[in-house]
Formats: sequence, C-alpha cells, structure tokens
Amino acid sequence: MKAVCWHGANDVRVETVPDPKIINPRDAIVKITSTAICGSDLHIYGGYIPTVQSGDIIGHEFMGEVVDVGNAVSNLKIGDRVVVPSMIGCGNCHYCQRDMWSLCDNSNQNGWMEEKLFGSITSAIYGYSHTFGGYAGGQAEYVRVPFADVGVVKVPKDIPDEKLLFISDAIPTGYMGAELCDIKPGDTVAVWGCGAVGQFAMISAYMMGAEKVIGIDRFPERLEMAKNFAKAEIINYEEVDAGEALKEMTGGRGPDACIDAVGLEAHGVGFEDFYDQTKQKLRLETDRPHVLRQMMLACRKGGTLSIMGVYGGFVDKIPFGAAFNKGLTFRMGQMHGQKYMHKLLELVLDGKLDPSVVVSHQLPLEQAPHGYHIFQQKEDNCIKVVLKP
Amino acid sequence: MASSSGNELSKGQGAEAGETERWASLVGGGAMVLMGLSQRSLRGVLMALAGGGLVYQGVTKQSTIQQAQEAIGINKSIKVEKTVTINKPADELYRFWHDFENLPRFMKHLKSVTVQNDKRSHWIANAPLDSSVEWDADILEDRENEFISWASVEGADVENSGFIRFKKAPGDRGTEVKVVLEYSPPGGALAAAFAKLFGEEPEQQIGDDLRRFKMLMEAGEIATTEGQPKGG
Ligand SMILES: [Zn+2]
Ligand SMILES: [Zn+2]
Repeated sequence: MKAVCWHGANDVRVETVPDPKIINPRDAIVKITSTAICGSDLHIYGGYIPTVQSGDIIGHEFMGEVVDVGNAVSNLKIGDRVVVPSMIGCGNCHYCQRDMWSLCDNSNQNGWMEEKLFGSITSAIYGYSHTFGGYAGGQAEYVRVPFADVGVVKVPKDIPDEKLLFISDAIPTGYMGAELCDIKPGDTVAVWGCGAVGQFAMISAYMMGAEKVIGIDRFPERLEMAKNFAKAEIINYEEVDAGEALKEMTGGRGPDACIDAVGLEAHGVGFEDFYDQTKQKLRLETDRPHVLRQMMLACRKGGTLSIMGVYGGFVDKIPFGAAFNKGLTFRMGQMHGQKYMHKLLELVLDGKLDPSVVVSHQLPLEQAPHGYHIFQQKEDNCIKVVLKP
Repeated sequence: MASSSGNELSKGQGAEAGETERWASLVGGGAMVLMGLSQRSLRGVLMALAGGGLVYQGVTKQSTIQQAQEAIGINKSIKVEKTVTINKPADELYRFWHDFENLPRFMKHLKSVTVQNDKRSHWIANAPLDSSVEWDADILEDRENEFISWASVEGADVENSGFIRFKKAPGDRGTEVKVVLEYSPPGGALAAAFAKLFGEEPEQQIGDDLRRFKMLMEAGEIATTEGQPKGG
C-alpha cells in the first residue's frame, strides 16, 4: 500500500510499504477513504517531536471502511463505514471505563518512556511518535485499528466524508475545550487559534450557552472563517494587542474562560536531554508559551483556562503569580474522543453542524508532501488539508 | 502505578524504620520478617515466614537497618519491587498467576514454566546466544487470593525468590498487585549471560512484565506494534 512516511524535518514521502494485518484479536483493518493533516502533525513534520523514527507512518485523523476484523471483534463487520478516534483506548481500564480515554492504561506499549517523563502512562496516539505508542498512522491506504471493538463509531453511507472525518479528532478536541470551560449563560469565551480545532471550540462554546465568543489569530482567512462560520468576534493579534483588546471587549473584566487551541506542540519535548537542544532549534511561527502567558493575564479573576493545544515537555517563564492571585482554574488534557463522538455524529446528522466548511484543500494521498508544505507555510489560504488515498 | 526500589534500603542514613516496616508489611507480620532478614536474603524472609512460629528478636532501630542493608544490599543480588493496580478482582488475578505456566505469556525472559506438582515447578529462561538457564522452584507459602511466595531449590543456575501480593485497592479501582523479586547472579561464565538476561534496568523489565500482565488481564491482549508496516 501507499503511506505517508516521515524521514526527518520537513521531509515526508509517499512510499510503498507492506499492508497492515491483524496482529491482536481486537484489531480491525480499515481501508482509508479520507485522512486529514492536523495542526499538530506540523510539529512532527518540522522535526520537533522526539522519538519519531525515520520511516514511521504518520497521521491520526482518518475514516474509512472495515476490510478485516480480529476474532474478538463482534460488533464490526467487513464493509462497515467507520470514523476512528485519534486516541487509542482499551475500553477496559479504570480510565476508559470513566470516559477518560486519552488516559488509557493499556494502549501504550512504550509506557516506560512516559512513566519517566510524566510519572504515569497515557494512551497511545496513531502516528505520533514512539513515546505515544509507536502505532502506524492513518495517512495511508490501510491502517490497523487496535481495540476496534470499543473505539470506532459506525457512520451512515450516504453522507460525504468531509462532514464526518473531523469527528475523529478536530471536533471532539474543540468540543472538549469548550466543555472544560464550564460555561454559564452570559459568559464570554476567548479562543486562541482559529484553525479547525479553534473553529469547533467556538461553535461548541455557543452551543453550551456562551453569550460572546472571541477568536484570536493572525491569518485573515481564519479570522474570516471565525466571523462567518463560528459567528465570533475577532482579534488579529498582529494588528492590536490581544490582551488590551480583550479587556476593551469585556467591559474591562476579561473573558470568563480562555481556550488555548493553538496546538503548537513544538515544545512537546520528550526527554529532558532534548530540552535545550530543541529550544534552540525552535523557530516557531506562533510561540506557544506566549499564548499561555497571555491567557493567564487576560482571563478575568476566578476564570478558567482550558488548554487543548498540546504540550509535551516544559514551558518557561509562566506568570504563575498571576494565575494564583487571580484564582484561575486550569483544565487541560488530550481529548477523550470516544466520549464525544456519538453525540457529535448526531449533531452532524441532524444538520446542526457542517464541519466540511473548514476544508480548504483536498489532495490525493500522493500529494501529501505538497499538502504539508502549504499547510505549514499557510500558502494558498490553507486552513485544512484532506488527503484522499 | 507506583514503584520504588528495594535498593533504597542500601542508602544508609536515609533508611528509617518506616522502610523496614514497609518491607515487613509487604509480607505481613513484622516480627517474622525481621527474623528472616537475619538470614540475609529475601529467600530467608520468605522461608522464615513459611516456617512460621518465630519469635521477635529485640533489635534496635539502627541495627535493624544495618541488618536490612546487609541482607538486601545490592552487591550480592538484584532486588526489584514493583506495584501495579489492575482493574480486576483479586481472585481472578490470583488464579491466573497461580498457574505459573501462564507467566511466559507476559514475562518476556521466560521460555517456559512447567508445573510438576502443587509445590514444585521447573523454569526455563532465555539467555543470550540461544542458551538458556533453568531451575526448579518451590512454592513456599500460598494464601488464596492474597499471597504467593516461591524460591528456587538447591542447585539452581540462578538462585532466585519472590512473592506476589494481591490487595484490594481503595474505592472501585480493582486490586493492587505487588511483586518483589530477588536474584543472586551466578558466578563464572554464567554471570555475564545473566547480566544481559536481565538488562541494565531489571526494575524496568519487571515493570514492563507487570504492565503486560495488566494488559492481558484487563484488555485480554497485550498491546504491540510488532509486525506493522513501516517505510524505509
Ligand atoms: Zn490532531
Ligand atoms: Zn483503557
């Protein structure tokens, strides 16, 4: 089959590799019909994520058709159309059973790395480094889906992929970002980052009762989408001081909740050893601790910070005194896709949400290197790339 | 998941009575453990426990620590202590472990375990260069759904002993499973093979084994990526 393989910074290649096969009884093999490049894939692409090995197949947002199932999978059959969540959960551990799927105890077979790094083991993620399990990703013609009997959601056949694909990753990430804000009627929610996750966070915030939603970014096409699609007020932080603007827009109080949807994982540094080296290497388009700092200063007293942009290692010079003295609440984590997917599918089927709006580019899988390039460089007004194997 | 090394006991001054008590509580019955420690090995502790009916030796706190250091010092043997919480009831876990022939399914270094009778079993472990090391082990103590201890019998290639304890976790969290193992590296040519066998971090290896045990018990299979496609 053809697959997108990583070979070093800014070097992804579409290669011919062996087809995946059933390894464990709870596996399924899915023939991919659509797969997206996620903002966080850019940091693998840029070479900032340690323990990605040359030749690794990447990609964690995908859907397709079941073509084979292991003998312990009784609820899926060949021909079923499915969306697969980006986090791999076993469904049986303490965390999965309490709907905290991204904290799964059993899916990450390289747990010892995380245990050293985080003190505990979190779930595996498709195509996202060996620290996160080393599973082959979904930017390929076929993918092996472990624990397929609990993770995936079956979807009807008569709806285009583009309306369903983001139930895998971007929508639940945005939705959970809003849910963590514990929104009360009348609240104002500010969202940093107006990519796909930010768009879905803004829409979700309105659904949960926010009165005003403010989107912050620097790319005009994303801000335009925040205004038209998510009905948000907008701040271009290159034109105005975002902190000052937020104060002005909220009667001097600051937003009740702030969502970090920037998703820059470039500080997702695996091991302390990599820290200084990586820090020197970073030439980020949006420096992420800057967003965290800005959120801590902009948020109203007693407000909530919801952090969905992924952090992997260490961040420097965080104004902790501000957070402490203002009594802020921090909520964060990798999203628990399996908890939200069915509900989100309903919203799409009921016509209450049309996620296809965020797709700016559809390319054949073979053109993945071009897709990565224009997404990274934000060329051609690129917001979201969908690859078609 | 918590983990700490039995080697802590060799840190000298830092070792307070708390740690001795911790060791004592592992096997339940402090006095007997202290007695056992004077036999200078975990095996001694376990044998003493199994023997039962021992009398507490009046020892001061400091000399107890010294005894512990001597008995469990890292110079002579490798000590590993690891705990994992498994989302299953103790009886289920106990039954699976008690059939030692199941152990090679998640303990990577074991080639096979053959149970000979309700006390004795024969163990074969993989060693480098296609060789293997073998030993017979006896169950020393067996408390249903709670505790199993075992030790190799005389003449083992690798003298070893250990115990596993199953304890209900607080709340609705399943069972806390603790394993303590001790290996005495053999001398001569076998020593080098032995060092490779258990790697530089035996603690991590036992941790990985226990995690695979947990996966097998909770998820019914062991997560792996072996055999998946990769580009070149
Ligand atoms: Zn993603
Ligand atoms: Zn789980």
